[in-house]
Amino acid sequence: MSDLNKLMLAGARDALRKGDVTSVELTEACLAQIEAADELNAFVHKTPEIALEQAKAADVRIKAGDAPKMCGLPIGIKDLFCTRGVASQAASRILEGFKPEYESTVSGKLLDAGAVMLGKLNMDEFAMGSSNETSVYGNAVNPWKVDDRQLTPGGSSGGSASAVAADLCLAATGTDTGGSIRQPAAFTGITGIKPTYGRCSRWGIVAFASSLDQAGPMTKDVRDAAIMLEAMCGHDPKDSTSADLAVPDFEAMLTGDIKGKTIGIPREYRMDGMPEEIERLWQKGADMLRDAGARIVDISLPHTKYALPAYYVIAPAEASSNLARYDGVRYGRRAKLAQGDGITEMYEKTRAEGFGHEVQRRVMVGTYVLSAGFYDAYYNRARKVRTLIKRDFEEAFAAGVDAILTPATPSAAFGLGEMVDADPVQMYLNDVFTVTVNLAGLPGVAVPAGLDSKGLPLGLQLIGRPWEEGDLLNTAYAIEQAAGFVAKPSKWW
Amino acid sequence: MLDLTYETPKPKVIAGAKYDWELVIGMEVHAQVASQAKLFSGASTRFGAEPNSNVSFIDAAMPGMLPVINEYCIEQAVRTGLGLKAAINLKSAFDRKNYFYPDLPQGYQISQLYHPLVGEGEILVDMEPGIARLVRIERIHVEQDAGKSIHDMDPNMSFVDLNRTGVALMEIVSRPDIRGPEEAAAYVTKLRQILRYLGTCDGNMQNGNLRADVNVSVCRPGQYEKYQETQDFSHLGTRCEIKNMNSMRFIQMAIDYEAKRQIAILEAGGKVDQETRLYDPDKNETRSMRSKEEAHDYRYFPDPDLLPLEIEQAWVDDIKASLPELPDAKKARFVGDFGLSEYDASVLTAEVANAAYFEAVAGEAGDGKLSANWVINELFGRLKKEDHSIEDSPVSPSQLAGIIKLIKSDAISGKIAKDLFEIVYTEGGDPEKIVEERGMKQVTDTGAIEAAVDEIIAANPAQVEKAKANPKLAGWFVGQVMKATGGKANPKAVNELVAQKLAQA
Repeated sequence: MSDLNKLMLAGARDALRKGDVTSVELTEACLAQIEAADELNAFVHKTPEIALEQAKAADVRIKAGDAPKMCGLPIGIKDLFCTRGVASQAASRILEGFKPEYESTVSGKLLDAGAVMLGKLNMDEFAMGSSNETSVYGNAVNPWKVDDRQLTPGGSSGGSASAVAADLCLAATGTDTGGSIRQPAAFTGITGIKPTYGRCSRWGIVAFASSLDQAGPMTKDVRDAAIMLEAMCGHDPKDSTSADLAVPDFEAMLTGDIKGKTIGIPREYRMDGMPEEIERLWQKGADMLRDAGARIVDISLPHTKYALPAYYVIAPAEASSNLARYDGVRYGRRAKLAQGDGITEMYEKTRAEGFGHEVQRRVMVGTYVLSAGFYDAYYNRARKVRTLIKRDFEEAFAAGVDAILTPATPSAAFGLGEMVDADPVQMYLNDVFTVTVNLAGLPGVAVPAGLDSKGLPLGLQLIGRPWEEGDLLNTAYAIEQAAGFVAKPSKWW
Repeated sequence: MLDLTYETPKPKVIAGAKYDWELVIGMEVHAQVASQAKLFSGASTRFGAEPNSNVSFIDAAMPGMLPVINEYCIEQAVRTGLGLKAAINLKSAFDRKNYFYPDLPQGYQISQLYHPLVGEGEILVDMEPGIARLVRIERIHVEQDAGKSIHDMDPNMSFVDLNRTGVALMEIVSRPDIRGPEEAAAYVTKLRQILRYLGTCDGNMQNGNLRADVNVSVCRPGQYEKYQETQDFSHLGTRCEIKNMNSMRFIQMAIDYEAKRQIAILEAGGKVDQETRLYDPDKNETRSMRSKEEAHDYRYFPDPDLLPLEIEQAWVDDIKASLPELPDAKKARFVGDFGLSEYDASVLTAEVANAAYFEAVAGEAGDGKLSANWVINELFGRLKKEDHSIEDSPVSPSQLAGIIKLIKSDAISGKIAKDLFEIVYTEGGDPEKIVEERGMKQVTDTGAIEAAVDEIIAANPAQVEKAKANPKLAGWFVGQVMKATGGKANPKAVNELVAQKLAQA
């Protein structure tokens, strides 16, 4: 078989079981591609030895007929996940040299399911960013290109998106606090799902905003997302916010049959100045679902416009506290101190040189909104908005809506460096369609649905009822089948 | 159950140079929950372990670590609340208190600001028999302890020990109902006693398992009553908080010093600044630690890693049903059932083990008062001499009851009983057998005593004459008779016979 790296999880799984290919072959194919793809800067810590060892072990299990669901499938892991003995830096200088002695629950589950880890993937520092440009490793690059302009793969899971879209690995883990799986998936023409808050354990994932963070798969198609999500999620007693619910066989739920389903089109997502191409894609998505037998209804989510400001209060507030532990005392980087410097100087210098600007900005914003005198005006108000946003969705679902269709992003991938001098709020606007889902704790999936006039992929987002990822993926599957999106970036790296 | 009634103690009055002043004191006591594992991490809480050996990834705040509530610690806090007759909040929540310090690896302490587990309760603080102060408890919340910074091991470096990081504490907050240094110490004593009865905190102040922050203010007589009527704090003076006191004696000394410091400021026309102060026992003074302006902004917010804590009323009821008899009830029962003085009852109920010991003795000996005397005077005295606790008493309740029974049956005199107690204490054995074997039995045979009396009277005619003139000298004859009988004669019988025979002589 050639181009093994281009296989999908499902296809590779079947080929492995049939004995058409070995995990070692698959893994070597991916490792070769990774070696040749430094220009994409997707893999920031490569682990070929570990990968080959795991691949060999997987081949033994497959041969013995004892192959768990992801056995032998080579994947990449976002740098935000703590992986035992392997650098886990959250793309931050402050975690320089940090190699955890523990494995995050999610990556541990994937390894238990037989997956092979190729390495750690680039991302925005502490998952704060929408372009992968806040990474200490430098940005990852989108394999899609317009002329000679290099594009962002999106963020924060930009390395994951780039690696999957460029076929450096079969799939990758991502995390999504405000859109960090769905936006990069849309920018790179792949599928990404953020499950319901509490589906995946957060244990061992470097925390950004604890009440919003969720891990999820980033894959080449919907079926792969179903396969990988099932391996990633499940109750974890080590995470008090993880739900004690059974994990269904998501793949078995992909029938493509959505007859009788009701799909809501929220009028508040029709933003002023939204590119016509996005508008058209959205309409096309609705048409595809209607043609597949779903009922399309207009709905209202009246508090949508407050979501972005509320998100940019709550997420930084939690981050300012979550990132307090990076103080140079126990692990990671400690600034060189001058004679006579005390503990305060150690904190200040370490954090000043260890955190990048965007992280510093959010830590400061978060500190501010939690301060005495501002707490009620900002943090408490944002929490109230969050409750209202959640209620908007609950009312829509109570009225019979099964899923909500929106664009995944307000634009296609933009050029690297384009936003450097822009107001940070311009960058935050990338999350306008996705943050509501995190605030409400709902599952959301981004699925590629077409190309824009420049040939760049565009994605649609489907938002589902809590804990109904299976149903949601099935609706995404219907779009995928109707859209027939097969475009791939042409290789330039 | 018999309820004892109490009068309220008078507030302590300090005479300043110009006026009289009263004290108003509120306390925040941090009591370490007696649990094997920490509040959120499962690491051991064992005291005295090698530095940084009881530290989990969670305690060290490694990236991606998450807290999980230790149910046992919550149960202990609920038990404590119930023991202080407090309201239990079925829904409470944990908040983060954010500040930087090397012994606080997370950069925040998980505590309960907005929704504490335990609400209002009360503690009856005994001052002396018949006098006690009812101090209101405002709340109890559960929180993590910090680690320990050690600054005096090296001239250039500080060391951090995280063994204590994340250990469960109960912060027990009183209302400002305490009115003097002695009351403050009595409050901590009583709280400690209740916690030890409940088994929820070992109360070991030396190890720091029970520490108090003391809020002190002074006011002119009459002002406190106005506060009581209105609950309006503006009637009271500005308070200073003295942090982290772990000795009853220092608590009293610090309050006394602090009150006088504030009085001096006020009488000089100054203003007391609200601030946090530290007590220096070497110099017996309090020093400013940080002013209100320098106070941290802790940026409390609900901990997103923990869901709100919801507990069931049925669970609370089960805990309530398992509460032991608490000090007030036990004391009242000892007074009522055994006819003890309140003082003796207080002494015996100070520690639950003492009370249990006493009850075992009194039950077997069938005499509460006599048992109380023996337990308090002989046993406690002897144990104290050797720095033993009741748990290591070489004399079992049964043995002591045996001795008391021998006294009650007139088999031995009180004096012999003390000798017997010493033998049992040092050598062990069955008191009755010892008395038999060593011929310690009291001579109650009046014939034998009478013979001895007659003999001594006959041999000492001059003494007889003196004794006739001065009946007090009868004691000499008693002594001679006791000597002649080897101390075994029943002293009561000897007294009676000597008096009778001298009268006849």
